[in-house]
Amino acid sequence: MNSQLLLTAFWTIVVKEVRRFTRIWAQTLLPPAITMTLYFIIFGNLIGSRIGEMGGFDYMEYIVPGLIMMSVITNSYGNVVSSFFGTKFQHNIEELLVAPVPNWVILAGYVIGGMARGLAVGLIVTLLSLFFTNLQIHHLGVTVGIVLLTSIVFALGGFINAVFANTFDDISIIPTFVLTPLTYLGGVFYSIQLLPEFWQGVSQLNPILYMVNTFRYGILGVSDINVGFAFAMILVFIAVLAGFSLHLLNIGKGIRS
Amino acid sequence: MTLALSIDNLRKTYGNGFEALKGISLEVKQGDFFALLGPNGAGKSTTLGIVSSLVNKSEGQVKVFGHDIDSELTLAKLCLGVVPQEFNFNPFEKVFDIVVTQAGYYGIGRKRAGERAEFYLRKLGLWEKRNERARMLSGGMKRRLMIARALVHDPKMLILDEPTAGVDIELRRSMWEFLREINAAGTTIILTTHYLEEAESLCRNIAIIDHGRIIQNSTMKALLAKLNLETFVLDLEQDIASVPEIDGYGVRQTDPHTLEVDVEKSKGLNPIFEQLSALGYNVASMRNKANRLEELFVSLVDKNL
Repeated sequence: MNSQLLLTAFWTIVVKEVRRFTRIWAQTLLPPAITMTLYFIIFGNLIGSRIGEMGGFDYMEYIVPGLIMMSVITNSYGNVVSSFFGTKFQHNIEELLVAPVPNWVILAGYVIGGMARGLAVGLIVTLLSLFFTNLQIHHLGVTVGIVLLTSIVFALGGFINAVFANTFDDISIIPTFVLTPLTYLGGVFYSIQLLPEFWQGVSQLNPILYMVNTFRYGILGVSDINVGFAFAMILVFIAVLAGFSLHLLNIGKGIRS
Repeated sequence: MTLALSIDNLRKTYGNGFEALKGISLEVKQGDFFALLGPNGAGKSTTLGIVSSLVNKSEGQVKVFGHDIDSELTLAKLCLGVVPQEFNFNPFEKVFDIVVTQAGYYGIGRKRAGERAEFYLRKLGLWEKRNERARMLSGGMKRRLMIARALVHDPKMLILDEPTAGVDIELRRSMWEFLREINAAGTTIILTTHYLEEAESLCRNIAIIDHGRIIQNSTMKALLAKLNLETFVLDLEQDIASVPEIDGYGVRQTDPHTLEVDVEKSKGLNPIFEQLSALGYNVASMRNKANRLEELFVSLVDKNL
């Protein structure tokens, strides 16, 4: 296939993915909007006003970047894992397998679809946050760059989860038992400076801490970690996860007998 | 002329050790209407799955219009349209979108894809349903949707894995007409079916597969010529008092007006009428009882047991 045909095939997958999550907006876009609004009201307004400052900012200002990033992470992951597993489950993955679409185009299409939902929810949460605080972006490049790269990492993670999943339980285990704890412990609600030294060290093993803090740096200009290291780490994650995903597609893991 | 499909020593052993294909070889000429028959679990769907990239082969070579699926998979896929046995579209998507999306996977732009989708949906009587979610369609409509989807990129070869399963007779016959039409226009068709009447009516060449091996591969004519015995059903005008004896023919009574007569290929039908007439019976009507291919199929598969 020449590049024009490949682009058409890629765009077809992206459009299909975007139409899927917008068609079921009440399941995909509305719940995070409601949940995050509750976070803003309860943690930001009610509890936050008693906590005072964190990292030199109002508590509300401090948690907004983390909550935006949390939405991007869970939705980028959730979109790909549910969509690709559903495609496998209903066998309509066969529509793609019989067609001359290279595996890297299939992967790219699903990842961009996951990013589209992650970023759409991120945007919705950002707009909602404006009702509660003034967002001043400290470094636009870092903010946009980290959110895009993080979205790619978790879209790839969702893809790998979907490839290995055999049941609907399998697609909820990782988000529930791995992703959510790591996100909550990834400095969304607090600075790791508050933790004893030992737990600060443990926290630094959590990759989500680097993503949340780099995003917070982009918006507020403060961070618990080295931003350059965070970008390097995320790029390595993307390379490894993308390579592994392609390998799984090439051997037909979970999709070809 | 390049073969539409060439399969050489194809083997497939599944992860659980089941050997589904034990080295089959097969050739399908361009423009052919080819039947691949066999009992359940014989290896038909595995063969077609390998040809259409849904199943990984263990050994052997497959070429589609000369393109080896190991080295020229993209070119091989471009030549193929696949109608699988099970419904495999997203039931929550609209009929039109399913066909247009499939065209997109072949690199066909949305405008052209829309035109082609309209052409095939109209041809298959689904245009009025284009905005319905696929799950709302009847079983026959779902089958036709899968055919429209498989044809939207104008493939040179169409693979149909039991396309008329669960489809009523009227619809089945209209689908046959459609398939004959696209075959006459040059599309090579490979068909698996459990309706042997369908294979007999549509296909020019046939292969029978059983236990992962090809046990018969010939023209339909040559295969049917092997049949020695045909059974005819005779409806008589008079009540039959007792089963009449007709010299040289096996006769059975199935109801007060109806006889079944076994006729060997070397014998004609005239002696039956003459002898019945002499016994005072007039034949009101007559028809061929069994599907001839079915009889052959059963005898071939039985021999292979």
